[in-house]
Amino acid sequence: MLGSEIPGGKWGDTMHVPDGFLDVPTSLATGVIAAVGVGLALRGARNELNERTAPLAGVVAAFVFATQMINFPVGAGTSGHLLGGALAAALVGPWTGVLVITVVLFVQALLFADGGLTALGTNITLMGLVGVGVAWLVIVAVRRLLPKRLSSVPIAAASGALVSVPAAATAFTVLFAVGGVADIPVQTVFAAMVGWHSLIGIGEAIITGLVVSAVVATRPDLVFAARPILEATELEIRQSGVAA
Amino acid sequence: MSQQTAAAAGSRRTRHFLLVFLGAALLIAGVVSFYASSHPDGLEFVAESTGFLDTAQDSPAAGGPLADYGVAGVQNARLSGGLAGIIGVLVTLLLAGGLAWALRRRTGTNTEA
Repeated sequence: MLGSEIPGGKWGDTMHVPDGFLDVPTSLATGVIAAVGVGLALRGARNELNERTAPLAGVVAAFVFATQMINFPVGAGTSGHLLGGALAAALVGPWTGVLVITVVLFVQALLFADGGLTALGTNITLMGLVGVGVAWLVIVAVRRLLPKRLSSVPIAAASGALVSVPAAATAFTVLFAVGGVADIPVQTVFAAMVGWHSLIGIGEAIITGLVVSAVVATRPDLVFAARPILEATELEIRQSGVAA
Repeated sequence: MSQQTAAAAGSRRTRHFLLVFLGAALLIAGVVSFYASSHPDGLEFVAESTGFLDTAQDSPAAGGPLADYGVAGVQNARLSGGLAGIIGVLVTLLLAGGLAWALRRRTGTNTEA
């Protein structure tokens, strides 16, 4: 699966929404949505970050940047890469997760020409706001359904990942319907986007589940999505003098 | 063990954990990325197959020294892409880590509470 077509490597193929796909009014609108969303995240993240978790947010962003360079094949000449919204939300919290993905997208757009500049608001809206937001809602819902155990956290994170990718693809289709420059039937774009991104979502779920379970296994105290479970456990066995 | 030494041991353990995590990111971006699939990703594939890929315009950043995950002037593809990946990881780490550090809740000396 990796061998044949790699002479020279491939970095150029990683693609977010480029300039030109969406018209100017739509790009401006998503720019405003992104700015408001990131503004809210800047406030919300204050309650998620402390001296121990702030450095983790930096490392998670770096890790998401790195994994987005890895396109994995999903069949028929298509590949996918991690969006990272569920991973960031599970590890550092939803508001901080939005900021993490936003920083990654900024670096990619400005330094690596990956994703357009007028499309930056679109990409932040899709992968930051929709990706992280949907992932977090699913994580919270699944965590509520599962037993209050640490092993439930990676499953919840993987579920969030699975749903977040087709959700972002759906959101793209909505933007395309509103302001797509090309004259193509929306149903065609919708079917193709959601079909392929459901497959990519499976890859996203596997990677997210593996990484979150590795972190939960070594440092559950640093995992944002594990906090309610740890707190519940601490209440049950209070006499053991739990370290923070 | 006094509370203070327990806290110091805790922060050393955290630092070790973060370094391992960062090391994984550097390894992925610097080395493993070379072996990534060269097929177009979901969005690009859909844009091409449904016929709107040609509406894409080059980013104004396309002429930058790191555009398309390569370092301008470095001929060796493995080295060029690996270096670009490592630079990207470190820049992202500093920006996101710096932002998070600026936003953190300050708990005074009671950091491990």
